[in-house]
Amino acid sequence: MPGITREEVAHLAKLARLELKDEELDHFAGQLDDIIGAVAAVSDVATEDVPPTSHPLPLTNVMRPDEVRPSLTPEQALSGAPAQEQQRFKVPQILGEE
Amino acid sequence: MTDLTKLTAARTAERIASGETSAVEVAEAHLARVEAVDEKVHAFLHVDREGALETARRVDAKRAAGEKLGPLAGVPLALKDIFTTEGVPTTVGSRILEGWVPPYDATVTRRLKDADVVILGKTNMDEFAMGSSTENSAYGPTGNPWDLTRIPGGSGGGSSAALASFQAPLAIGTDTGGSIRQPAAVTGTVGVKPTYGGVSRYGMVAFSSSLDQGGPCARTVLDAALLHEAIAGHDPLDSTSVDAPVPAVVEAARNGDVRGMRVGVVTEFSGEGYQDGVMRRFTESVELLRELGAEIVEISCPSFTKALAAYYLIAPSECSSNLARFDAMRYGLRVGDDGTRSAEDVTALTREAGFGPEVKRRIMLGTYALSSGYYDAYYGSAQKVRTLITRDFQRAFESVDVLVSPTTPTTAFPIGERADDPMAMYLADLCTIPSNLAGNAAMSLPCGLAPEDGLPVGLQIIAPAMADDRLYRVGAAVEAAFHTRWGHPLLEEAPVL
Repeated sequence: MPGITREEVAHLAKLARLELKDEELDHFAGQLDDIIGAVAAVSDVATEDVPPTSHPLPLTNVMRPDEVRPSLTPEQALSGAPAQEQQRFKVPQILGEE
Repeated sequence: MTDLTKLTAARTAERIASGETSAVEVAEAHLARVEAVDEKVHAFLHVDREGALETARRVDAKRAAGEKLGPLAGVPLALKDIFTTEGVPTTVGSRILEGWVPPYDATVTRRLKDADVVILGKTNMDEFAMGSSTENSAYGPTGNPWDLTRIPGGSGGGSSAALASFQAPLAIGTDTGGSIRQPAAVTGTVGVKPTYGGVSRYGMVAFSSSLDQGGPCARTVLDAALLHEAIAGHDPLDSTSVDAPVPAVVEAARNGDVRGMRVGVVTEFSGEGYQDGVMRRFTESVELLRELGAEIVEISCPSFTKALAAYYLIAPSECSSNLARFDAMRYGLRVGDDGTRSAEDVTALTREAGFGPEVKRRIMLGTYALSSGYYDAYYGSAQKVRTLITRDFQRAFESVDVLVSPTTPTTAFPIGERADDPMAMYLADLCTIPSNLAGNAAMSLPCGLAPEDGLPVGLQIIAPAMADDRLYRVGAAVEAAFHTRWGHPLLEEAPVL
């Protein structure tokens, strides 16, 4: 499998919402290329006939009764908020001006 | 006068229950020990002196009122800083949660409180439990009490160091790829990764949800069992919690016996990269098991050679998804919100400032492995390897009761040696990762010191899922035989701090 370029790392950082500095991009590109080269070994044994395992427990849709239960108060839920207003999380603008 | 910090948890609880010692005396002795040595060790990120003393006073009041005390009432404990604690800071070793005070308790925290365990404080860890040395903590490294210039293992290095430096007889860790067992191995302590789903993950900050498992850390097998029993069991707040009775771990720890058991030696866990002294102590442990009446067979698990590769695709993939919640909107750090920047830019600037290098590496690795075009080759193949590893275990457990191996290929390495060499760091978890991928139970316990460096070596015992009791039955037998041979517990050979 192909290695990973500096440009690809920059793209990944953007997808992952990480505003990386230039020197970090240089540093991580080499390291990620090494790691990806090593972990590519999984494809050696992953043949068509082997089913995937996503989780150690064979669970599907664990349900509970839909009942009102005690929960956090608004004050508790907002206690760690970087900014709040009128019992709500206050966030920077999400949509553009126009 | 008895040094209260040297007692086992079991003995401490007995003394408190009988009135020989008060819980407040025990708590004060440990808080004094923390005060005296933790500047050097740096096991704790936060010490909750008042909370600890308040719990201890409550235990003493209960006893005075004639109430029956639980098996760990009044025993001090060091809690890994990955579990939420209402009113007490929880950082996960990260800048992004610096100063965050959770509004609720994790289930593990709640159960410890219900058991009247005295929580001394929160322990240092690799950021978001990503690492094998505790060097990835945003708050500085922890020293190994056997040699403060060396790593105490990771990610739960604060918990293992607290035990080995007698700051607490009990600790809690979490094990995603070995973060309970590897720190136990390199500090000469006991650590257990329970069966996946055995201990609730509610309130345990998520790294890789299909692998993460909280568990007990202690200085003896029985103490680990008592703690295991206190925190384990079904929790409706965790949908992956196993709804089945907790294996009888305490009974097993009180009845150590390997006679007639079949013990498998995993042949893949040896050879290049394994330190001579580690293999020497491991071979001796196998010989000891034979002398104690176990039947030893060699078992090959060929897919284990791909476990590390599969793990470093699956864990980063899940982490890249889990850590998306750190968006600077609802809790934790927010950087760059000057009124001109968009929410998206603020998120990216905050994550850049709040996450350390290893966390960023893994987020990007996971983002890559899950991206369109690469998904099948990387994440998809890793999931298939997970199937093959599970099958290897199933085959092995058809013919043996438990498997054994060294816990980690080397003893504690010097702080700084592998800090910026991720692949070298990842090798520390070579023997522990398969059990996380398959979800079974595993323990590390001390099996001696490596002759070349005088540092502790860990013996790993692996049991099938929901057969955690076997770890304790075997572990207790091995521990008792070693104590007889050495004349004392291994930690008595650790340097005095």
